[in-house]
Amino acid sequence: MIAELGLAALWLAAALAALQLLGGVIALARGEAEPLAGLVRPAAQVQALLCAIAFAALLYLFAVTDLSVALVASNSHSAKPAIFKLAGAWGNHEGSMLLWITVMALAGGLIAWVEHRLPERTLLATLAAQAFVGLGFYAFLLASSNPFARMVPAPAEGAGLNPLLQDIGLALHPPVLYCGYVGLSVAFSFAVGALLTREVTPTFARVMRPWVLGAWVALTLGITAGSYWAYYELGWGGWWFWDPVENASLMPWLAATALLHSAGVLAARDALRTWTLMLGVVAFSMSMIGTFLVRSGILTSVHAFAVDPERGTFILVLLALYIGGALALFALRAGTVAEGERFAIVSREGGLVINNVALSAILGIVLLGTLYPLLTEALGFRVSVGPPYFNPVGAIFFLPAMAVLAVGPLLRWRQDRLARIRWQMVAVAIAFTVALLAAWLLAGIALLPLLGMALAAAVAVGSVLPLARRKLTRAPLTLWGMVLAHLGVALAVFGMAADSAFTTERLVALRTGEQTSVGPWRVILENVEPVAGPNWTALTASLQVAHAGGAPVLLEPQARSFWAPAQQTSESALLTRWNGQLYAVIGGQAPGDGPERWQLRLWWKPFVTCIWYGGGLIAFGGLLALIGHVVGDLRRRRRWREARA
Amino acid sequence: MAALKAKHQRLVLVIIALVALLGAGLLAAWALRNQASYFYVPSAMLGDPPAIGQAVRLGGMVQAGSLETAPDGVTIRFLVGDGAARVPVQFSGIVPDLFVEGSGVVAEGALRPDGTFLATNLLAKHDENYMPRELQDMSPSEARETVAETQE
Repeated sequence: MIAELGLAALWLAAALAALQLLGGVIALARGEAEPLAGLVRPAAQVQALLCAIAFAALLYLFAVTDLSVALVASNSHSAKPAIFKLAGAWGNHEGSMLLWITVMALAGGLIAWVEHRLPERTLLATLAAQAFVGLGFYAFLLASSNPFARMVPAPAEGAGLNPLLQDIGLALHPPVLYCGYVGLSVAFSFAVGALLTREVTPTFARVMRPWVLGAWVALTLGITAGSYWAYYELGWGGWWFWDPVENASLMPWLAATALLHSAGVLAARDALRTWTLMLGVVAFSMSMIGTFLVRSGILTSVHAFAVDPERGTFILVLLALYIGGALALFALRAGTVAEGERFAIVSREGGLVINNVALSAILGIVLLGTLYPLLTEALGFRVSVGPPYFNPVGAIFFLPAMAVLAVGPLLRWRQDRLARIRWQMVAVAIAFTVALLAAWLLAGIALLPLLGMALAAAVAVGSVLPLARRKLTRAPLTLWGMVLAHLGVALAVFGMAADSAFTTERLVALRTGEQTSVGPWRVILENVEPVAGPNWTALTASLQVAHAGGAPVLLEPQARSFWAPAQQTSESALLTRWNGQLYAVIGGQAPGDGPERWQLRLWWKPFVTCIWYGGGLIAFGGLLALIGHVVGDLRRRRRWREARA
Repeated sequence: MAALKAKHQRLVLVIIALVALLGAGLLAAWALRNQASYFYVPSAMLGDPPAIGQAVRLGGMVQAGSLETAPDGVTIRFLVGDGAARVPVQFSGIVPDLFVEGSGVVAEGALRPDGTFLATNLLAKHDENYMPRELQDMSPSEARETVAETQE
């Protein structure tokens, strides 16, 4: 019953999306006085409500483990903890697509409800574009991925959720990333709406910016959390693998970062109009390509539990339709968008343009590296592309971008002289040199981490300088947001450089009672015991670890065997200290004769946690900026209303 | 620095962006040719071996009876075969749980001068139905033959 209700709500929502598109098109063709045009906003709002109902229905089905629903039967199990039952609702293809369309409908509903700053024609065009994108996903869901399909007869027990996904971090990871993707779909719709009506104004940028910021914050959080998850859950000690699915989330982030900054220029200075539109189209294209890569399983990937070529084809068709359509529209209209304000190269805009270009170049490099295996496979030979490509080639553009990031925010809008900020530049240069020398002399490390560390120091100093000589309590929230986000970049880059330069590793087979060492730590294997969980059994090792002279701490890494479905995972044990993390993994019994020995893999990773603290700080800065902008918008709106009254 | 001649600013910006993106593209293409790691099956690796030390991947079946462990308890040696040829592989680390004799494996690593393939990573998916993607296009009969051969 509930399943049918959900399905009915989904069909109705799709019908409303069609109405919304029709109304928008009529409004564009004949003016917004047409009766159908008046239905666009209400259609978007009701559509949001219906999607929320459909998604709530799916959550309910998973919560009660209704095994007569095929999706529940194949992805859930009655023995699963409650939170993971709910997470199972989006831990699969159909559910995640429903989540996507739900978030998108909610965003559309919100725009229809609150947005009154844009010319009505542009807004209706935006909502029509949103409905057009939505319709593709509705068709996809209803035609090939119905999450509410029944299974007759209902099985006695479900097949279970992939144990790797039974983790709280991962339960939250897809929804957060999807919020990011969908936020970019809103930016895309705004860009298409503006292209259709040629209304590319600072107001347009201000309307679009909160959505881009929100999407960017969500993507930042999603990537940071996903990276930490891969770090502790996969048990390989790495935090980024240049896996296609990781790239799939990184590419929209790069585009969103560029879009965010160019939208800022457009809002403040009415420059970079077409560039902002272009980035709006590109950012969403990257989300779609990401979804395509993940959902089609077309690439070799640790995330390849979503393999289904047929669905991949469907998404590919959608991708071609949206991206091709938007690019064609862009090509037709971009030339007719009037040129914005001009600026000198040495200016805030100039710095932002350089960083925009660098980000785009990195985006292109990541995109090519991700798609290259596909291209060569079509030509008949197989390759994989990994860190030896991405790290150095990306760094060629990333490191100069960091240098610009350190001084760019100090420049004034429109036109400035480098001589005006010479003292700040000296401070940044000193930070760079001191860090470079310190890292080099203390620990002769490789070139990339060395430059990373020096630039991290330069950016850290440069990013707080805009606060200098200001009353901190009076500095606007958006300024604080920028400062903290840039500091976060410095912190994250420092963590990456430190991890790559200073990590020590130990791989041993130990008898109980024996000891080994890694970095400054002494590690004793006390014992290894079997344990049982709700749907798994495991081997747990008890490790006593101690710093020279410090009190010993117990670490308990686990090797788990799940039985529904049969699979093994490694639960690493982490000991976090202010200056790094000790990472322990137990493998299994070492093969061979003699007394039993256990395989242990240990890492001491100095300052590795800075990577994720940095990511968190970037997201927090974005959030502050978002709040600052939204509060400012609300205040302006109130003043405007009072003035009219 | 003077402001750019106003008339041409958009053009100049477009050109700068295009040059940078083109540069990035060319750089990427060049790096991809050199840094991509190629996939080999054992017979290809013996017939036309990659340069010593170049990062490549080797895929095939772990030959039955070939798996042995070194005294340190964490280094293993085994043969990877494709029915026509066999390559000795050495790996130090914790093996994936589904890595057993007779199963498919993709080893990432490089060839050493003595002809051993030194693997830095073994990919055997954490899934009982996993088959290395590279072996998927073997026809079922080929796959059966390969498996039968490895189990002799």
